Amino acid sequence: MRRWPEPLRVALLLAPALTVVGVFFVGGVAQAVLQSLGHQPLLGESTWSLDAYRAVLTDPAFVASLLLTMRVALISTGVATVLGVGLALLVRRVGGRARMTALFHGTLAIPHLVGALSIGLLLAPSGLLSRVGQALGLVDDAQSFPVLTQDAFGWGIIAEYVWKETPFIAVVALAALSRGVGELEGVARTLGAGAGQRLRSVTIPLLAPPVAAASVLVFAFTMASYEVPRLLGRPFPAMLPVEAFQRFRDTDLGVRPEAMAIATVLAVLSIVVVLAYLRLVAGLTRRQV
Amino acid sequence: MSGPRPTAGTRLRHRAALAVVVLLVLLPLLPVLLWAVADTWRYPDLLPGGLTGRGLRLVTGSSVLGALGTSTLIATAVACLACAVGFPAGRALGMHSFRGRRVVQFLLLAPVLVPALAVTLGLQVFFIRLGLADTVTGVVLVQLMPTVPYAATLLGASYANLDADHERQARVLGAGPWRTVAAVTVPLLRPALVTTWLLTFLISWSEYILTLLIGGGRVTTLPLLLFSAIESSDRTAAAALGLLVVLPPVLLVLVVARLLGSRDDAFLGVARA
Repeated sequence: MRRWPEPLRVALLLAPALTVVGVFFVGGVAQAVLQSLGHQPLLGESTWSLDAYRAVLTDPAFVASLLLTMRVALISTGVATVLGVGLALLVRRVGGRARMTALFHGTLAIPHLVGALSIGLLLAPSGLLSRVGQALGLVDDAQSFPVLTQDAFGWGIIAEYVWKETPFIAVVALAALSRGVGELEGVARTLGAGAGQRLRSVTIPLLAPPVAAASVLVFAFTMASYEVPRLLGRPFPAMLPVEAFQRFRDTDLGVRPEAMAIATVLAVLSIVVVLAYLRLVAGLTRRQV
Repeated sequence: MSGPRPTAGTRLRHRAALAVVVLLVLLPLLPVLLWAVADTWRYPDLLPGGLTGRGLRLVTGSSVLGALGTSTLIATAVACLACAVGFPAGRALGMHSFRGRRVVQFLLLAPVLVPALAVTLGLQVFFIRLGLADTVTGVVLVQLMPTVPYAATLLGASYANLDADHERQARVLGAGPWRTVAAVTVPLLRPALVTTWLLTFLISWSEYILTLLIGGGRVTTLPLLLFSAIESSDRTAAAALGLLVVLPPVLLVLVVARLLGSRDDAFLGVARA
């Protein structure tokens, strides 16, 4: 029996996966950067410049898009994280854990496209909520119902993300709570810690690492999704993925470097935010433990 | 479980809070269910004025069935390929220690965190040049990017829990390396493989923008039909299609959840679907 040297075995085992990541991810990021700087792979005549970045950064549409993206991602992630953890603590207290987990798992599986449809039919001016408000005498007609979809602030987008991501955080927090947290809380109680102190110095620090990891995924997703802001948001200001795709689809090919510049900004931004957040959380948990 | 025993009043309040949560989670699906069978549903009415089978006829029509076939074909191919590529990578991650491990882990995490659209815009010209744009093959290939890292990570976690002695015994008894994998490793990892297959299937099933970008609208999957139905503001058609898109994933995930208990890492994939 032939025994291959260890490094070669590892390299061969990893080769298919790293080929996929190398071609599609590393290659994709590299191409976005190159094409944002003026590289034209099919035409062969590359004129290198930072014009696309200059055009994008001075464009009010991009600035508005950046602000909207950060606002929606931050609010959605923050609300979903707080609600999800609260929900997990509530379920632990009240019981019915198996059934609630099944419910959360079910909502996790709903594609975001269907989520956008559902939230649209619920919150639109003529949606179900508006009809209920009318029946209760709270609104006169569809026009007087507050604009919650295709609105400038992004409430519809936030509602969809919170609805879909809260159960995700709850599932992660519930799984973390079941791993011996109860015993440690019991120890803290025996040592004389009150309910608030137990929550602050035992429960939350133990929940923080897995919940932080999950909320990083939520944040990355809310910055990346195309169909939810495309269907529930406005064409202007649009979130960054929508803005990038609009310019990519422009019939004027001269706009394409701008699409690549936005894609590059989006990729760099998501990596920076995620790294910063992970560092912050690592620091917080170290201090408390 | 912790703290003093709650009083009857507190328990009642807690139960009420939980009931509100269940209602809030299910509420957005209610208008979809109603619109799917609504013939007319004028504005202030709380319930549809009449019922129709139009939605049902639409989702059993030839164009939707064609898209159902395309979606199933693409998602099946993506799930099989992601498992095939992720299986050896998972072995390297779970059973071997090697230099550059952190780089590999970063490379397998980054595609999960960086927007897939931002990564793919620059590649589209190459799909055109290679004749892969507007083809099912091209769509399957591009969807490997969001699924392979996830399959490798998930299978790596279960490889790490695998007892290497089982494989060693098979080898001692004279089985070759391939035979050992087929007769020992795959059966031992079957729950993880089934889970990974189903969850990568779901990621592919829900994918919209990569399919549009590389498929160019020619490769018509169910999410593409659903998107144009939502845009056309034919609410009955959109709701009926929505139900068709949502049912398979929800059923599959409930099956998977039963298969693997409450292992949370698996659901990192579903959350992105």
